[in-house]
Amino acid sequence: MTDIPNAPAQSDASRDLSFFKSLTKSLQNNWRKIVILIPFVWLLLFFLFPFFIVAKISVAELAIASPPFTKLIEWTDTGIMNIRIVFDNFIYILTDSLYFDTYVNSLRISVLSTLLCLLFGYPIAYGIVRSGPVMKPLLLFAVILPFWTSFLLRVYAWMGLLADQGTINNLLISLGIIDEPIRMLYTEFAVFVGIVYTYMPFMILPLYANMEKLDTSLNEAAADLGSRPTNTFFKVTLPLTIPGIVAGSLLVFIPATGEYVIPDLLGGGNVQMIGRVLFNEFSRNTDWPVAAAVAIVLLFLLVVPILVFQYYQGKEAEER
Amino acid sequence: MTDAPWLDHENNTPLVQIRGLTKKFGEVTAVDNIDLDIYQGELFCLLGGSGCGKSTLLRMLAGFEFPNSGTISIGGQDMSNVSAYERPTNMMFQSYALFPHMTVAKNIAFGLQQDRVPKGEIEDRVDEILKLVELQDYKKRKPQQLSGGQRQRVALARALVKKPRLLLLDEPLAALDKKLRKHTQFELANIQEQVGVTFIVVTHDQEEAMTLASRMAVMDAGRFMQIGTPTEIYEFPQTRFVADFIGSANIFEGRVTEDSTDHVRVETDLGEIYIDHGQSVTQGSQIWVGLRPEKIRVSKSPPKKPGPNQTSGEVEEIGYLGETSIYKIKLKSGKIVDVTAPNQSRPTMKGQKITWEDTVYLQWEPSSAMLLHS
Repeated sequence: MTDIPNAPAQSDASRDLSFFKSLTKSLQNNWRKIVILIPFVWLLLFFLFPFFIVAKISVAELAIASPPFTKLIEWTDTGIMNIRIVFDNFIYILTDSLYFDTYVNSLRISVLSTLLCLLFGYPIAYGIVRSGPVMKPLLLFAVILPFWTSFLLRVYAWMGLLADQGTINNLLISLGIIDEPIRMLYTEFAVFVGIVYTYMPFMILPLYANMEKLDTSLNEAAADLGSRPTNTFFKVTLPLTIPGIVAGSLLVFIPATGEYVIPDLLGGGNVQMIGRVLFNEFSRNTDWPVAAAVAIVLLFLLVVPILVFQYYQGKEAEER
Repeated sequence: MTDAPWLDHENNTPLVQIRGLTKKFGEVTAVDNIDLDIYQGELFCLLGGSGCGKSTLLRMLAGFEFPNSGTISIGGQDMSNVSAYERPTNMMFQSYALFPHMTVAKNIAFGLQQDRVPKGEIEDRVDEILKLVELQDYKKRKPQQLSGGQRQRVALARALVKKPRLLLLDEPLAALDKKLRKHTQFELANIQEQVGVTFIVVTHDQEEAMTLASRMAVMDAGRFMQIGTPTEIYEFPQTRFVADFIGSANIFEGRVTEDSTDHVRVETDLGEIYIDHGQSVTQGSQIWVGLRPEKIRVSKSPPKKPGPNQTSGEVEEIGYLGETSIYKIKLKSGKIVDVTAPNQSRPTMKGQKITWEDTVYLQWEPSSAMLLHS
């Protein structure tokens, strides 16, 4: 072979090489942009895009069609574009006392549940942080362990525990403490038990992560300066665990507000929460526009605490 | 106060009295049957390597740990049942332990608030102490916004503002860089002098202890090896451990050949050593002799007349450290002796320059050698 046919092949190879070089270089130069792009694309695909679909449905009208609502954009035969936006669904939701009361009830139940989770979760997290090197991983494991069983199964287990002929009532009757079963299932009490039980790990874990970072010498320094243990708790430990309290509370409050399974199974028809209303509108009434509007209003109710959360996070980052 | 209250037991009662103090963590004895008296106005250093029990002792004084046996009394009051928050002590932590959510002023005011000092007085005292540590302009800063040296001074101010009878300092300068540490050593000693509070300082840095201390205790394995002024500890160490831990020392095994009231003679590898201060030793007994490298004179010309306290050897190695040079000199016995000499003239200048493989003569004063018992 002569060296003439080789010449273009060589230059191809060097062109390929320079292409890869410039690619790596542009990757390096734009690395920061790429890193930001990943969450951006994710949120666009799985949050913003679905959100606009739901928003679109919420401003439509119920129609006998498939899907069961009117189209946002319609073309007339003469080629004119018609955009139909109806706010009737929102006006209906905000004026009908059923929806208003249910929103208020949902918020009340989730706020109280969050406070209960905090009340029980805080000492639990504190105890785990202070436990020895053998107990600590075991206790943390025990907190996460319920996730290994299906959530639905655990709610059914609570039905078995709380029912009139359930484990708790049978035990109390056999011990002679009560004569007649106490009604627990299908009451608000059962809903609280279910929510607090289910969401407790979401309170404990952020609190644990926050408390674990606290320097124990701060407690000693406070004691050394004459502060009694209770005072030290309120003046030193509590203020320094606020980020954990905020994070844990939001992780409980946000999903608890929209909770559907727990009020449906443990509350029966007696406890109205917005998740059940949404489900009923969507599947029983097949009124997708109203269901979508309910979801949008719920979203805005929850955006407020998220903004509070971000404000605190930003403030904390600033102080570091 | 006299200059050395620990020598005058008649007229001084110790502020801190520690008797038979023992602390065990499981199988490990951190502090082993310790007795100690510390007097008002002292700056007492606890010096030792890591794990020697010095921090445990300090934490027992602060009330964070309670002893398994023995007692601590401060100002005549038994501390056995007194919690940390009720003790007349304050501590400056190694990590400083400043409250990150409070400003400098609030950190310092915290201790005074616990004592329910009136608000106006708190402000005055915070300002006064900030002036002492020269941080008046940093009142409203958070600890994260301060440099290491500034945090150290806030920690000191916070511990001092309550005017404790006893201030405990756990490695107060360890987190500072070398230059700042040297400067702060003197500053700390000055502040102690100004406020007149008794300081107990835990440190692993012998230079720090020597600079700061009125008296110091060398600790090892939970026990005191020796207690004394820095000069006493350096010049008259009683054991090989102390001689070697503080500064450096050439240590020789020997046998006592003569023991009089005013001098001792010991036969060693180094030849005969004559020590012109009497010490209680038994004739014929085995003993160790220490010689500090800077106390040995090295010269190329032989001594004028033979006698004790001299030997010769060959220069094995020279280390040039700038201000001094260290010579490793091999004796006929094969043993290496370290000698340091100040570099008073530049090495390039003419004169008796000592170099590798030279035969040199070593001499030292009769007062230089240290008798070590174990």
